[in-house]
Amino acid sequence: MDISKEKLEWIYTTMYRIRRFEETMLEQTLKGNSMGVAHTSDGQEAPPTGICAHLTDKDWIGSTHRGHGHCISKGLETDKMMAEVFGKATGQCGGKGGSMHISDFSKGMLGANGIVGASIPLAVGAALTAKLKGIENESVGVSFFGDGASSQGVLHEAMNLASVWKLPVIFACENNGYAEATPSWYAVSAEDISARAEGYGMPGVVVDGMDVFAVYDAAGEAIARARAGEGPTFLEMKTYRYHGHFHADDTSKYRKAEEEEHYKKLDSIKHFERTVSKQKLMTEKKMKSIRDSIEQEMLDAVEFALSSPMPDVSTLYDDVYVNYSNPIAGLR
Amino acid sequence: MTTSQTNPLGPGYEGVAGSETRFRDIFRDTLRAEMIRDEDVFLMGEDISGGFDKDTKEPLDAWGGPFAATKGLVQEFGPERIRDAPISEAGFVGAAVGSALTGMRPVVDLMYFDFVTVAFDQLLSNAAKSRYMFGGQTKVPLTLFARSGAGTGHAAQHSESFYSMLAHIPGLKVVVPSDPYSVKGLLAAAIRDDDPVFVVNDKKLINLTGFVPDEEYVIELGKGRYMRRGSDVTLVGMSYTTVACQKAADQLAEIGIDAEVIDMMSLSPFDEDILIESVQKTNNVVIVDEDTPRASMASEFAAVIADKAFDYLDAPVKRVTAPHSPVPYNRDLEIEFMPSAEDVVGTVKNMLGRE
Repeated sequence: MDISKEKLEWIYTTMYRIRRFEETMLEQTLKGNSMGVAHTSDGQEAPPTGICAHLTDKDWIGSTHRGHGHCISKGLETDKMMAEVFGKATGQCGGKGGSMHISDFSKGMLGANGIVGASIPLAVGAALTAKLKGIENESVGVSFFGDGASSQGVLHEAMNLASVWKLPVIFACENNGYAEATPSWYAVSAEDISARAEGYGMPGVVVDGMDVFAVYDAAGEAIARARAGEGPTFLEMKTYRYHGHFHADDTSKYRKAEEEEHYKKLDSIKHFERTVSKQKLMTEKKMKSIRDSIEQEMLDAVEFALSSPMPDVSTLYDDVYVNYSNPIAGLR
Repeated sequence: MTTSQTNPLGPGYEGVAGSETRFRDIFRDTLRAEMIRDEDVFLMGEDISGGFDKDTKEPLDAWGGPFAATKGLVQEFGPERIRDAPISEAGFVGAAVGSALTGMRPVVDLMYFDFVTVAFDQLLSNAAKSRYMFGGQTKVPLTLFARSGAGTGHAAQHSESFYSMLAHIPGLKVVVPSDPYSVKGLLAAAIRDDDPVFVVNDKKLINLTGFVPDEEYVIELGKGRYMRRGSDVTLVGMSYTTVACQKAADQLAEIGIDAEVIDMMSLSPFDEDILIESVQKTNNVVIVDEDTPRASMASEFAAVIADKAFDYLDAPVKRVTAPHSPVPYNRDLEIEFMPSAEDVVGTVKNMLGRE
């Protein structure tokens, strides 16, 4: 396997961090410590991890309402993420954005986005910046979206633009089989969404989205193409979300127990553990020490979020504009 | 226009070097100047440099862009910075937002103002909200422009003036030049501004000429100006209706009514102070807007005046606007649709009890 020891550790740490962040955040949300709606991505750890393993802070990613895994893969800190979900002043967006808008521009993260498909052209725009500045080799744009967004017109516009302008873009489709409760077999007209890539003049690849090594390899090729100025690639990663569409969603109303059991057997973290053990690439002791450190990190993140102050109410009026302080503070 | 009372350039511009210039020409010259000034500025839009030579793949600049707004720019700046876009407004406006978020200063030509709706989600959900919902960690230095307005036989889907819909959105700024002088200063200010700004140009202005100083200048966003001082009634114009207000003021002068004309220039933010200052003096106000009246800028200005200058009013605030209807194609119907100088004069005469 052509992955360095450090990279393997990073992959395991990242996947486990996503898993435990989502589980912890869900638990906290159900306890009432979060302020609103939260969408979990546990089960889908492989796609963002396998892709972002190839990226640096100079590369940009666009994300979705189910964005925690993208944020963590891009290096955001879980304490500030948790604080944001809790609506606290110390949150990644000062409590203004919440779960659906976590972002960190210093880490090349263009923001989780609450409108399905809306972040796709943002990643194309980031790639356009790279092209205009002549830095395609060090700054690609990755757009994460799901099978639901594959039906949005803006995806098709963005794919055409990226291809016509030969931009360094990866269209990273995380097909988890469901758009909210609607199955993709009902809502998507193609067997494989990636087949549509051909119509836009770019390679379309189907990847096992429960296998982080498969994602890592496919993403490596796609990102190398982008950095070499050869244009966009479409990756469709077939994956599965373990929990509901949002924190209070009961999946038993629209998914069969057997289906859920089937995907748990394919679990991407267990698959990683089996693979590295079999190939003697990482010891169980090492993996346990990574898991233990993540468990502590989650305790710390919750403690940080719980103990952080609420934003001052006066911040309501801040940052609507850069250089114009809004005189319409409210008609009251 | 009675020039003795009119000073569109404001105090301090007497004797300034300049020339009579067409709106469309100074618009293009300003785009050019801003692209020279800042290499992060680039243009995107449909047909802004096309078509293309099939053999050489070189842009032909066949139209000089919609309304010739970008004529000659591709020859000077090349197709990377004068970026001809496929017909996919949501896609390229979204890409422009992404590009603005990552360090560029894109300027987007949306051709007809009506096409805003095709890209509306990108404007509302991404351009306007990114700074706020991400807690102030980023900015969106994006400029968009398009042509609005009835009067050219473009019918219902190419003649809208619904800039009120954009002004409604926190995070967006909206400016409405009314002459060559104001478009030069407002476009430059929009491109240099760190927030997303929409420059709405009424088609009826594009071939008009007016005095433009040679020197570089910007007009502060959010400021209105007096086009003419008067004491009997305030006429509030925006975009092309400022021209209609000036014509109305000339006609009113002939019957001894001394009208003051305000050009709002910016719709978001907008200049509350100039509205209140003028109404405190004239005690009568007519707001003239080619947008349809419900939830319009005319209604917003009327609300502000009622709220903050009510005690100064001698008569109810009047709005002269388009009717609550789509823009018709037929010339007679279209003329009836648009607020005219005659409509303004009639409203003022009724208001002041003059027949």
